Amino acid sequence: MKQTAAELAKALAAGETTSEKITESYLDRIARIDPNFNSFITVCNDQAMQAARESDERRQNGSPRSALDGVPIAQKDLFCTQGIKTSCGSRMLDSFVSPYNATLIDKCNAAGLIMLGKTNMDEFAMGSSNENSYYGHVRNPWDTDRVPGGSSGGSAAAVAARLAPWATGTDTGGSIRQPAAFCGLTGLKPSYGLVSRYGMVAFASSLDQGGPMAQTAEDAALLLNVIAGFDEKDSTSIEHDVPDYTATLNNDLSGLTAGLPEEYFTGDLDPAMAEVIEQSKKVLAEQGVSFKPISLPRAHLAAPAYYVIAPAECSSNLARLDGVRYGYRCDNPKDLLDMYCRSRGEAFGDEVKRRVMVGAYALSAGFYDAYYVKAQQIRRLMKNDFDKAFEQVDFILSPTTPSPAFKLGEKTGDPITMYLNDVFTIAVNLAGLPALSMPAGFVDDLPVGVQLIGQYFDEARLLNVAHRYQQKTEWHRAMPDVCK
Amino acid sequence: MSEWETVIGLEVHAQLTTKSKIFSGASIAYGAEPNTQACAVDLGLPGVLPVLNQAAVHKAVKFGLAVDAFIEQHAVFARKNYFYPDLPKGYQISQLDRPIVGKGSLDIQLEDGTERCINITRAHLEEDAGKSLHEDYHGMTGIDLNRAGTPLLEIVSEPDLRSAEEAVAYLKTLHALVTYLGICDGNMQEGSFRCDANVSVRPVGQTELGTRCEIKNINSFKFVEKAIQIESARQIALIESGGKVHQATRLYDPTKNETRAMRSKEEANDYRYFPDPDLLPVVLSDEYIAAIKADMPELPKAKCARFEKDYGLSAYDAAVLTSSRALADYFEAVVKALNGEAKLVANWVTGTLMAALNKDAIRIENSPVNAERFSGLLQRILDDTISGKIAKTVFDAMWTDDVAADVVIEQKGLKQIADTGELEKIVDEVLAASPKQVEQFKSGNEKIIGYLVGQVMQKTQGKANPKQVNALLKEKL
Repeated sequence: MKQTAAELAKALAAGETTSEKITESYLDRIARIDPNFNSFITVCNDQAMQAARESDERRQNGSPRSALDGVPIAQKDLFCTQGIKTSCGSRMLDSFVSPYNATLIDKCNAAGLIMLGKTNMDEFAMGSSNENSYYGHVRNPWDTDRVPGGSSGGSAAAVAARLAPWATGTDTGGSIRQPAAFCGLTGLKPSYGLVSRYGMVAFASSLDQGGPMAQTAEDAALLLNVIAGFDEKDSTSIEHDVPDYTATLNNDLSGLTAGLPEEYFTGDLDPAMAEVIEQSKKVLAEQGVSFKPISLPRAHLAAPAYYVIAPAECSSNLARLDGVRYGYRCDNPKDLLDMYCRSRGEAFGDEVKRRVMVGAYALSAGFYDAYYVKAQQIRRLMKNDFDKAFEQVDFILSPTTPSPAFKLGEKTGDPITMYLNDVFTIAVNLAGLPALSMPAGFVDDLPVGVQLIGQYFDEARLLNVAHRYQQKTEWHRAMPDVCK
Repeated sequence: MSEWETVIGLEVHAQLTTKSKIFSGASIAYGAEPNTQACAVDLGLPGVLPVLNQAAVHKAVKFGLAVDAFIEQHAVFARKNYFYPDLPKGYQISQLDRPIVGKGSLDIQLEDGTERCINITRAHLEEDAGKSLHEDYHGMTGIDLNRAGTPLLEIVSEPDLRSAEEAVAYLKTLHALVTYLGICDGNMQEGSFRCDANVSVRPVGQTELGTRCEIKNINSFKFVEKAIQIESARQIALIESGGKVHQATRLYDPTKNETRAMRSKEEANDYRYFPDPDLLPVVLSDEYIAAIKADMPELPKAKCARFEKDYGLSAYDAAVLTSSRALADYFEAVVKALNGEAKLVANWVTGTLMAALNKDAIRIENSPVNAERFSGLLQRILDDTISGKIAKTVFDAMWTDDVAADVVIEQKGLKQIADTGELEKIVDEVLAASPKQVEQFKSGNEKIIGYLVGQVMQKTQGKANPKQVNALLKEKL
């Protein structure tokens, strides 16, 4: 169970094991220990075993769908899966079974990946702690009193506890990178438009992006190879050549320059976190990376702009959940308005309601210019700041989070403090850039991550840097006790 | 008591003749079983995304060019957010800022021949909503989403119209235009072409506008006229009796011939518009627009002028024959088949054919007598096989029996009696039987010859050639 996806693929190719064996052992492990973490909403025992047997047949016939055929995966419950519940962590969709597959799911199937189940998440991907799920909070395998991060906390916990070799997440403001950092994983938020959003239930359409959550950069590259690419069903997906992300993993790093945003390295940064960054810089410097201070002058505006744009889009995206066609409907509605109000009132959790209301307010005729338009202007300026920075550096390095995983319940009473947990990750989504979080050390015995931010479509570079870093470090090999 | 002026602006919804919906691949065919023509995208299922149908853009640009409008080369789609059961996503994808067609204008001609230029504010693309079905359910509502996602071009006029008649003239001109362009089938019964009328009244001479009411979803020329008349009369009566017009959405009820207030879709109309983040701006190149321009069909006005000039038709005939593209095409096909003879064709098309179409409420496209058969009929008049009068009888048979003219003529023995010998015999009989009339003729009353011709025609059941009869009679007298 300690194997990476790459190692499993190798073992399958060599005939050392079968997908059936691998899949069965993961399913057993989920049944045994996931009650400690609550990382799955749905476990697909029968479908997974059936798919594994079919994969083994393909291997035997010499016609595997890809080198990864037969490797299991866990999918965030935000991706629509035909015939299998897609709840988005919400009571609203507790009964929703999609009649179609998300493009990402189709691509995973086409590669022969075996879906073990659908992972727990903050309701409709809104949250930084995975405490906003209708199916209960997820616990961090490194310390079950702590959060795994959100909103892809189920995926992060599942991979950290080795209940799946890897998983998918979605990242609207840091929801892949922050839980990856909290759980000691490598998580990549791809460039906006690289991975199709078709079938990924929308939270904030202009910010959402699906991506891999893995043990290593190599695995992240392998999974990105599967899920990246233009999709005619998603108008915002970009027609762009998708390289083989594993081909450049071992490229030489010498001569690269990394930018250090001065706004992210202020006196406010936890000294322990600062020390982790220093250590990782050293490792990279030894490989020839040089460092240069840069400025992202509007960094402090990222969170305010984000918390206007994301709720605005979510208020509109979630309007279709009205109790009329599918999903939750309240009992015995008096009239239409009552049906809307009670269905939504009873089925949405507090955080979703909070953001829907903030968003409706920000878009309302009287406040549109003051909030939404202004936020979009800030967004453009922030993108310009990044563009300027990338004239001087090849990538940017920063902490992923201000601190390691916090305790369950610690921040739930104060949404603003919770929102500030995303301070290092949000700007990237506003600018549509790719960013990766890799395990870079421990603070208080908890894993923490370092974030690498790249230029548009420069995923290969980020994976290359992370992979070379992981060749020189052991952080990504560290596992919580539950795996020992 | 002051004189009142009515001010009208129209919002026309023209359903575009695309094969599939504006943001999905589902069919837009009319009349299918409920919810059989709605795919996951139209149903607004979680996770689905819209993909713009390029044909809708093409048709919108075509319209814009036809009304000399500004074409937006960076058009943006917006979400119009409101809750309604037949609106699957909780928002309608429409356009607010940067609509694909900007300011333009349309010349209209009133019944008395005066021309007016009506300004068009904008025309934007949007998706239609579904349909709520109240009739078949007790205390419940059924939802049919077949129509959801149907592409509409909403054409908004300035409040330039001053009477119900002007509004109808504008609508008819617009209707002809969109059907000429082939971007809308113009079928009003099926709702392919319908309008909302914004009506206000003000004392003559006042420049500022009165408070307007919007009459929703009117789908016939007649109803538009009546609804506007009734609504402006209502507003005038209200103001004159000391009341005030409140801005509202109203509905026209043709059976009661009244407008009444409609429950609005949402109490406060704040649609919270914002650019749809699922759709990129539509970027149109100069080349793209130029290619559409190069491919524009002849428009009604140009066609009307050409008909007058090339076919020597009266202004009235030319206008009637070009009032719809299908009618104009029909006319030209017949003229072509007859190698000219435009006047004869015009008379027959505007007379007999249109009377029959109107009587049976049939569109020219579905005429039981198609252009080919119609030319076959007229051909027989031209070669003197039948008289014009007999031709009407033949036409009636063709209208009901789906047969060619020659078949009718043959079966019913309607060929003209061209043989002089036979005709001479009948003429002699008539002359013999009408000594009084012959006397009158001889004493100078030449008009009486008409009576004698009539007698001959009667005896031959109309099959004689009147010209020949005339000549024969004169010869014998």
